[in-house]
Amino acid sequence: MTAALLVMIGLGLLLGLVLGVAALKFKVEGDPLIEQIDAILPQTQCGQCGYPGCKPYATAIAGGEADINQCPPGGEAGVKMLADLLGVEPKPLNAEHGVPKPKSVAVIDENTCIGCTLCIQACPVDAILGAAKQMHTIIAAECTGCELCLAPCPVDCITMEPLGEDIAHWKWRYPVVPLKVIPIQVAA
Amino acid sequence: MSLNLGQIFKFAGGVHPPEHKVESTEQPIRTVPLPKTLVLPLRQHIGHIPKILVKVGDHVLKGQLLAEAHGHVSAAVHASTSGTITAIDEQVIPHPSGLPDLSITLQADGKDEWLKHAPLDYQNMERAELIRRIAESGIVGLGGATFPTHVKLRPDARHPVTTLILNGAECEPYITCDDLLMRERADEIIQGAAIMQRLLGSTECLIGLEDNKPQAVAAMNAAVAKANFNAKVVVVPTLYPSGDSRRLIALLTGKESPAKGRTTEIGVQCFNVATAQTLYRFIAHGETVVSRIVTITGNVARPGNYDALLGTSVRDLLQAAGGIRDNTDDYVMGGPMMGFSLPSVDVPMTKAMNCVIASTPSLFPLAPMEMPCIRCVACADACPVNLQPQELYWYSKSNNLEKADEYQLFDCIECGCCSYVCPSHIPLVQYYRYAKSETIAQDRAKQAADQARIRNEERLERIEREKQERAKKHAERTAKAETAGDDNEKKAAIEAAMARAKAQKETVIPQNTEAVSPTVAAEIASVDAARAKAAEKTE
Amino acid sequence: MKFSPFFTTNTSVSVVMLKVMLALVPGIIAYVWAFGYGIVVSLILASATALLAEAAVLQLRKRPVMPFLLDGSALVTAWLLALALPPLAPWWLVVVGTLFAIIIAKHLYGGLGQNPFNPAMIGYAVLLISFPAIMTQWPAPLELTSAKLSFVDQWHYIFNRALPTGIGLDAMSSATPLDYLKTQLMLHHPIETIAQAKFFGTFAGKGADIVAGAYLLGGLYLLHQRVISWHIPTAFLVTLALISGVFHLVNPAQFASPLFHLFGGATMLCAFFIATDPVSGATTPNGKLIFAAGIALLTWLIRTYGGYPDGVAFAVLLMNIFVPLIDANTQPRVFGHSK
Repeated sequence: MTAALLVMIGLGLLLGLVLGVAALKFKVEGDPLIEQIDAILPQTQCGQCGYPGCKPYATAIAGGEADINQCPPGGEAGVKMLADLLGVEPKPLNAEHGVPKPKSVAVIDENTCIGCTLCIQACPVDAILGAAKQMHTIIAAECTGCELCLAPCPVDCITMEPLGEDIAHWKWRYPVVPLKVIPIQVAA
Repeated sequence: MSLNLGQIFKFAGGVHPPEHKVESTEQPIRTVPLPKTLVLPLRQHIGHIPKILVKVGDHVLKGQLLAEAHGHVSAAVHASTSGTITAIDEQVIPHPSGLPDLSITLQADGKDEWLKHAPLDYQNMERAELIRRIAESGIVGLGGATFPTHVKLRPDARHPVTTLILNGAECEPYITCDDLLMRERADEIIQGAAIMQRLLGSTECLIGLEDNKPQAVAAMNAAVAKANFNAKVVVVPTLYPSGDSRRLIALLTGKESPAKGRTTEIGVQCFNVATAQTLYRFIAHGETVVSRIVTITGNVARPGNYDALLGTSVRDLLQAAGGIRDNTDDYVMGGPMMGFSLPSVDVPMTKAMNCVIASTPSLFPLAPMEMPCIRCVACADACPVNLQPQELYWYSKSNNLEKADEYQLFDCIECGCCSYVCPSHIPLVQYYRYAKSETIAQDRAKQAADQARIRNEERLERIEREKQERAKKHAERTAKAETAGDDNEKKAAIEAAMARAKAQKETVIPQNTEAVSPTVAAEIASVDAARAKAAEKTE
Repeated sequence: MKFSPFFTTNTSVSVVMLKVMLALVPGIIAYVWAFGYGIVVSLILASATALLAEAAVLQLRKRPVMPFLLDGSALVTAWLLALALPPLAPWWLVVVGTLFAIIIAKHLYGGLGQNPFNPAMIGYAVLLISFPAIMTQWPAPLELTSAKLSFVDQWHYIFNRALPTGIGLDAMSSATPLDYLKTQLMLHHPIETIAQAKFFGTFAGKGADIVAGAYLLGGLYLLHQRVISWHIPTAFLVTLALISGVFHLVNPAQFASPLFHLFGGATMLCAFFIATDPVSGATTPNGKLIFAAGIALLTWLIRTYGGYPDGVAFAVLLMNIFVPLIDANTQPRVFGHSK
């Protein structure tokens, strides 16, 4: 009995030591998990999740502080990918953080813009071009559709335009072949 | 160099769908009458959209450049008849999406007046200059792929072309426009091939035809003999899809073009016969691409091949073919194996349109119910690319796009052989099209996200940097003030500055005080006096 | 909206299955000639059970019933199982086996196209394990027995287990050649003496070899119709012949001849009809070769060293397990790729 106890304790200590040494010796610089989570996030930097950007949200998920269903732009597909990565059950998006919307870009009404630069300061990806007292414009290709520029605008001259489908971005649809249900007839 | 002695190699797979070519080969090529309105989409080729050179209201002549090639891979668009440009806007184009795209609408003036054009003295022309001129001609691959031809004719020092292949296989059922072209204009095709040969510097020229076109074979052989051009007409067995360029190259040379590379990597360049003929028309007559031959067949009164101006509406084409007969419910562009349903009969004919089939429910019946895949691999046996369609189907259907890519989804040429033979009637190709466009969209989204991430990181870095710079500057200023120390020195500096400002103020004479009326001058004087008084008071 | 290709061949799953059943007909005729009409009763019983079970399960699973009933896959499963069972098996044995094959082995895995194991062989294996005595009780070939049972007698026997007066069970039944070989070898009798037994024919069991020949004929029809490819039958038969041939040459007294293996038991049925089941088999050309060779090896091992007289069912099921592994590692070279 005592011998068994001692052996177990000894084993525990020994393995603990090995693990401790391994943890020090094979320590990975940076946290690849955060990078991996960040790679899944859509990088809109919209802050709808409650964090100031995608990277902070990724850090929060990795740290167990945030749930995986707080990113509306990532949609259900994003939640599923996060669930796969983290080995947890996927769950529906948390409506508190908003609902997924079609991909849009911000457009500045150039007649109304007063050139206050407030939107430029708000844009997380520097997609707004302009200077004080100069009319601003949005580089559509860089805009993530985060809507962060809408609130600061004192004259409400920014609107979100959904991205329409054109020939270059058109996609083939999933083939939906209706499975016609035929009422049961004489079974054999 | 692999001088072909008539030897034919083989590729795996292929199918024998009913040909239905006889219907449209009984009559010679007929000409479609000049339509009143023509619509010329700018995107009639693979690559960048060309740059528009005209505006609404301009009068243009037939063959005049309307939009020039813009970017490395692009093709020009020309007026296909003389007339007035009435609109430059979005029009529905012949595309499976049914979406509109930027097009130029041309109101014909009925004169069909050519722009002054002349043959090119290509034999005494610099090669680069000739390529540049061909880029202006608007020639694209007329077999349906519409890749700009001048790009394929550019010399590539790394991969010299030894073998020029002309594709006259025309393996798709119903389509016969190349067949008729070869029967009637074989000489022009051979001349075009000779020009291509010269441009590419190739040493042999093979012309591949399926054995179901004996008249075309005879015409081509006669043309080769007459031209005394070193080309060889090779007859291959009828097997769909022998007309796919990579399959035809394999048939004629026994070489497989690398999957992710170009055919030039094995020293081969391949063009459609109609492309060669169009090149000849441009070089020998200076005619830019304004028309093409299109097969109008299926449920029409006079099926056959028609020479029509680009931009002619499909409605006019069908009218020229005697109009549609009863029960027509759909219009298929291209062949039944790879074509698509036209979104409307009002779409214009483009450079890609080789065939329109007026179809009826009995001609192309709705497929029976899709049954589960039983893994019989009839599809794998039929696949000319040696893919495993049953695996691709499995992964495409379940949205496992990474896995589908692993099984080389993007090597699929969408020839339709797998769907054609499937006993479960699964629209396999449709699943692959879906998976491909979904993968492309996801890759694009991924790139956009990566770009946004970088921009966000750079912005955060910039903000941090600016903050530090501000802090540093502030610290420096404080430090400087401390080292300067002496209060008197500071005071002296301020006083000196004020003195300078005062002196400057005095020397400044307002410019609008000269040449004014006496009353205004008096007023100015009184104000100046008051100012001087006030200044005295403060001092 | 229709998509290209706008037309397809006239084939369908039903046509494929119909061709398989057509190919089985010569075998069934030979079977009747050799063992009497009992097999027809089994076939009808199995077919009816399969169709009823299929319809009921489809209804339960809320799937369209008629298209799937008409696809014929349930009938093929039923026929293959019935042909693998002893011809005068009691009616409930046929019913239980068929129900197991259709409900458990096929539909619980998702129905047509989804089953990882060959349903008929699952049904057979379950019966063999559960009712070994009945499963190894075969009627003697007709030409050997004086106790010839009429169709009515066989019918009576199948449903009531009652024999006409004057005919004992021993008179009408006999051991199968594979079974006999196994027990006799265990008693250390050399094969030459064993093969003297009256029920050994030219190649293998008397009558059974004729049936095997008829299956071969049907199989050639399937090959000609391109319902099956040459890979599986060829690899299976060649491997079986090679292994048994080598061992037979080394020790003919201990190991049966290749001909005995090829024409005995369910070899031919397996080569053309069971191992070639597309759903549960390997799909790549090289994969099919490996798959079939594996079945041959396992069949020979079980026949020679195993506890059961014939090994086909277990060999097929064991190789079914390896199908995903085989397929994943035998992907053919794609056009334009170097590998």
